[in-house]
Amino acid sequence: MIKRAHGFPGGVHPDYHKELTAGRALEVPPLFERYVVPVAQHIGAPAKVAVEKGAQVFKGTVIAEAAGFVSVPMHSPTSGKVKAVKNLPHPWGPNMLAVEIVADGDDTPDPALPRLDHEAASAEELRDFIRQAGIVGMGGAAFPTHVKLSPPREKPIDVLVLNGAECEPYLTADHRLMVEMPEKVIAGAGVLAKILNVKRICIGVEDNKPDALAALEKAAAGHDNMDVYSLHVTYPQGAEKQLIYAILGREVPAGGLPMDVGVVVQNVGTAAAVWDAVAGGMPLIERITTVTGRGIRQPGNLVLRIGTLVEDVVGWRGGMTNDTIKVINGGPMMGMAMSSLDVPVLKGSSGLLFLERDEVEQYHHYPCIRCGRCVDICPMKLMPCIISYYTENELFDEVESLNVTDCIECGSCAYVCPSSRILVHHMKMGKAEVIARRRKRAVS
Amino acid sequence: MSTNAQPISRNLLVSASPHITSGESIPRIMYNVILAMVPVCLVSVYYFGYYGVKVLVLTTLFCIGFEYLWQKMLRKPVTISDGSAAVTGILLALNLPPTAPWWLMLIGSFLAVIIAKQLYGGLGYNLFNPALVARVALLISFPVHMTSWIKATPLFSGVDAVTTATPLGILQTAIKTTGAIPPEVMDQVNPSSQNMLTWFTGHMMSGSLGEFSALAILLGGLWLIYKKYIYWQVPVTYIGTVLVFSGIFWIIDPTRYAHPLFHLLTGGLFLGAFFMATDMVTSPITKKGLLVFGVGCGLITCLIRMWGSYPEGVSFAILLMNGLTPLLDRWFKPTVFGQRKLYEESK
Repeated sequence: MIKRAHGFPGGVHPDYHKELTAGRALEVPPLFERYVVPVAQHIGAPAKVAVEKGAQVFKGTVIAEAAGFVSVPMHSPTSGKVKAVKNLPHPWGPNMLAVEIVADGDDTPDPALPRLDHEAASAEELRDFIRQAGIVGMGGAAFPTHVKLSPPREKPIDVLVLNGAECEPYLTADHRLMVEMPEKVIAGAGVLAKILNVKRICIGVEDNKPDALAALEKAAAGHDNMDVYSLHVTYPQGAEKQLIYAILGREVPAGGLPMDVGVVVQNVGTAAAVWDAVAGGMPLIERITTVTGRGIRQPGNLVLRIGTLVEDVVGWRGGMTNDTIKVINGGPMMGMAMSSLDVPVLKGSSGLLFLERDEVEQYHHYPCIRCGRCVDICPMKLMPCIISYYTENELFDEVESLNVTDCIECGSCAYVCPSSRILVHHMKMGKAEVIARRRKRAVS
Repeated sequence: MSTNAQPISRNLLVSASPHITSGESIPRIMYNVILAMVPVCLVSVYYFGYYGVKVLVLTTLFCIGFEYLWQKMLRKPVTISDGSAAVTGILLALNLPPTAPWWLMLIGSFLAVIIAKQLYGGLGYNLFNPALVARVALLISFPVHMTSWIKATPLFSGVDAVTTATPLGILQTAIKTTGAIPPEVMDQVNPSSQNMLTWFTGHMMSGSLGEFSALAILLGGLWLIYKKYIYWQVPVTYIGTVLVFSGIFWIIDPTRYAHPLFHLLTGGLFLGAFFMATDMVTSPITKKGLLVFGVGCGLITCLIRMWGSYPEGVSFAILLMNGLTPLLDRWFKPTVFGQRKLYEESK
């Protein structure tokens, strides 16, 4: 039976527009000519290139090695030849180092792909396998999964929470995954639970996805240790701390991590990727991306190879409308606007959102009128307007004392601001400055 | 293999997240506040005819005009279209007596828009409610002109202006001279069914333009609360505190203290509680702070009305609480998510 979660303080209720793609089954595009795999796609150290121009690669071949503990390798999305290893356009802004591959059309898997007997493997072996499969958080943040699965001994974990909230408007990738392949999610959760040695698994899904809730409930029916929770539809219900609070009632300490309250959270897409790797043997070379918005002629939920160029996706989906003016990598609240289409799909690209001119009016900015809306809805209970004011005036001691480092950058504050102040931008600036100062203080 | 690459021939807009907005804007808020003040304005025009129109129109024009001139002279962007100068103008007009001469309105508008608002940095930076700063400054500088009340001359009634005193003024004079409320005044200050109705809908006694009809103000105020352009915390605690505080003293000695409903429905209390104390710029940012703000306004209003030397306390009360707002913001910060645990652990 599906349990009902509590809510969490704060949050906003934007128009969701999920009906554009919520009912569309997953589709797989044909192979394209070019794939560009950047080495910087995840939180942590970028991978180190391991192939040269002209090298022959196959589907799943390692093309870049992990660089340190908080790093993962990159794999070739298909078979072909390495055309170049150079700085190429990247969704995060400037050109960054990437491996450009010209596909040969055969899509031959690498014959030497490592395999694992996942039932017999130990937690250590599973974790290592996940690491070398290049798996990162698929919800968008792209944090190396094996690091999350290695909590220190002083932080015992007792619950694994699977994040199926998908609280961002427009995005339906996780939704379709849960509806069409719930067994994969459940099986992946089992592997994660084995690695963490936890007895309890909670899966949270917002109640605007009744079909996903039903599918997961059915798939989890035989497992006593799994509970499916229906979540209130509020943005940002899918934020880790808010999710844990809603399902378990535990409050992650300020400045802390979920492991401080005995929890590890993983996106349902990550669980599915884990299963694909340990049971199917294929490293992370594709993900589900929602291509949506009024600006794309044929919206849908696509299974895209990592490294697919956005311009190829756009061409395959009927092109953009004439009024499209903004293309966002991710969701509308936290995603990154892109300056061109010749950038690749990354491991964390949960959505490609095409917005038209009238949907993204260029706002007139007014001064803060101290209305307090941002304070009311901040899920971390901060005072964004005050932090913004101090950041603008470079009073960073005050900024630090106002807990700017607890900001999760969800965008709720700027969403409600009647003055259209660039609050998230200021929060990011304040955070960067405070962290730099702390580092300086620690050294001296 | 397909190669339907789309030629990239357009410029894409790049800006920081979030990329969608709730649709709220400052002009929208200001124009809704003006809309909410239409009932009060209509009532004042009904009761004071030509005088009402003159004060409302001139004050609003002067306020907008001063803001425009100031910003033009200093080569700043002209912001009169955001509606805040118009709101200040209308509020100031509602605080003036109907006989206000044009130069009084001119000086008042200057005090409100330039001294109390633009000199602080413009919209969002002022510490005190601009309309109230102007009203109080005028009251202290031109006491005679600011207290020349006339009896209501409803439109089309053909009645000429006749000077009189406000209900609170009558009350205070009576108490000061005799120490108790004289019988003829008692009728006016005690709620009989007839009194209550006129107090609520528009009493025919006197006062400044906005003090007439609690009903008209309530209509506008409830609309603003429903649209979330003002927050219920301030009007409810302000009015509630006045009710309770004056009620306690009325119970103790009804010969010396007026009935709480008299306090509620006469004077500028409703105007102050719904339109002046709720000004977002000059009131606390947190909901807890707003509750304390409202109670403070209520207490000071009662103290001044009952024992102070001015018959009306609303303007002073709100200004004093405006001054305390930075302190209330400091005292009532929300507890950051995750801080409770830290406090518990450190115990």
